[in-house]
Amino acid sequence: MKFKIYRYNPDTDTAPYMRDYELDIEAGDKMLLDAILLLKEQDDSLSLRKSCREGVCGSDAMNINGRNGLACITPLSSLKEPVTLRPLPGLPVIRDLIVDMTQFFKQYHSIKPYLINNDPPPETERLQSPAQRAHLNGLYECILCGCCSTACPSFWWNPDKFVGPAGLLQAYRFLADTRDHATSERLDDLEDPYRLFRCHTIMNCVDVCPKELNPTEAIGNIKDMMVKRIV
Amino acid sequence: MVNRVVTGAHYGLRDWLIQRITAVVMALYSVVLAGYLLLQPHLDYDAWTGLFSSQPMRTFTLLFLLSVFYHAWIGIRDIVMDYVKPAGVRLVIHVLVILVSLLYAIWAVQILWGF
Repeated sequence: MKFKIYRYNPDTDTAPYMRDYELDIEAGDKMLLDAILLLKEQDDSLSLRKSCREGVCGSDAMNINGRNGLACITPLSSLKEPVTLRPLPGLPVIRDLIVDMTQFFKQYHSIKPYLINNDPPPETERLQSPAQRAHLNGLYECILCGCCSTACPSFWWNPDKFVGPAGLLQAYRFLADTRDHATSERLDDLEDPYRLFRCHTIMNCVDVCPKELNPTEAIGNIKDMMVKRIV
Repeated sequence: MVNRVVTGAHYGLRDWLIQRITAVVMALYSVVLAGYLLLQPHLDYDAWTGLFSSQPMRTFTLLFLLSVFYHAWIGIRDIVMDYVKPAGVRLVIHVLVILVSLLYAIWAVQILWGF
């Protein structure tokens, strides 16, 4: 199989370039990450992040043939040759396929991704009914791989001001949680022209999410909550 | 001055909602006007001025035009926010767009009620 991989080492290269690789491999049921690791045996200077190799940790997010995804759960047989691999778009490149996710996590932290509840903790746990718990489905599964936010043109333009789809999905995850008591503060925090409303419903986030989550729907739900609050 | 990233101006929801509502007004007006044009086989100057001589049509047209101007103001501001970074230049463009829209609104009243 033929590969074209983005290479950049800031210590030795003046500019990034695409390097061609060939690999003698039977696609079978192998995943893209298997092939990249074999390529790394050919050329050990090729750098990438990876960990769980089963789509749970979210480390090996990259731009695969122009589309963000996780290398470890992308079947080789689904890819057109040459397979073009680039780092996630819109974030500073540290080296090869490794990007600096500082801005992404800064936005994630800005929505306070934890339960805010000042009631004295009960002896066992804070209970929810099965129906209340069901509201968290499709929200809590996010692995923060960054595929969605780095596919979002609004995030490319304003990464310092727009929270991005990943952060907003998590914002709604806590707005939808009956155990959280900071609903009003959370809505206040998002009610400005940038943090939430830079979303123009482009829906690249929904298109690329490797966990098949729907940040656009979550953003719509946050807007609904804001409208309900004022009418 | 400290160069902090500032967010938190509380007009995000208001403008987003107004843009949706003005869009509905524009859609309704477009359907009404398109319907009129399709059902009017002999469209001449008399028919056209006749249409705009009725008060409800003039009011609806003004409502439509005000919706266009407000909708456009929010849209243009969004584009300027993305592409024009210096705050001073941005403010000047914002003010110009507002003034031009106001001018158009006054002009629209003159045209609609001037005949």
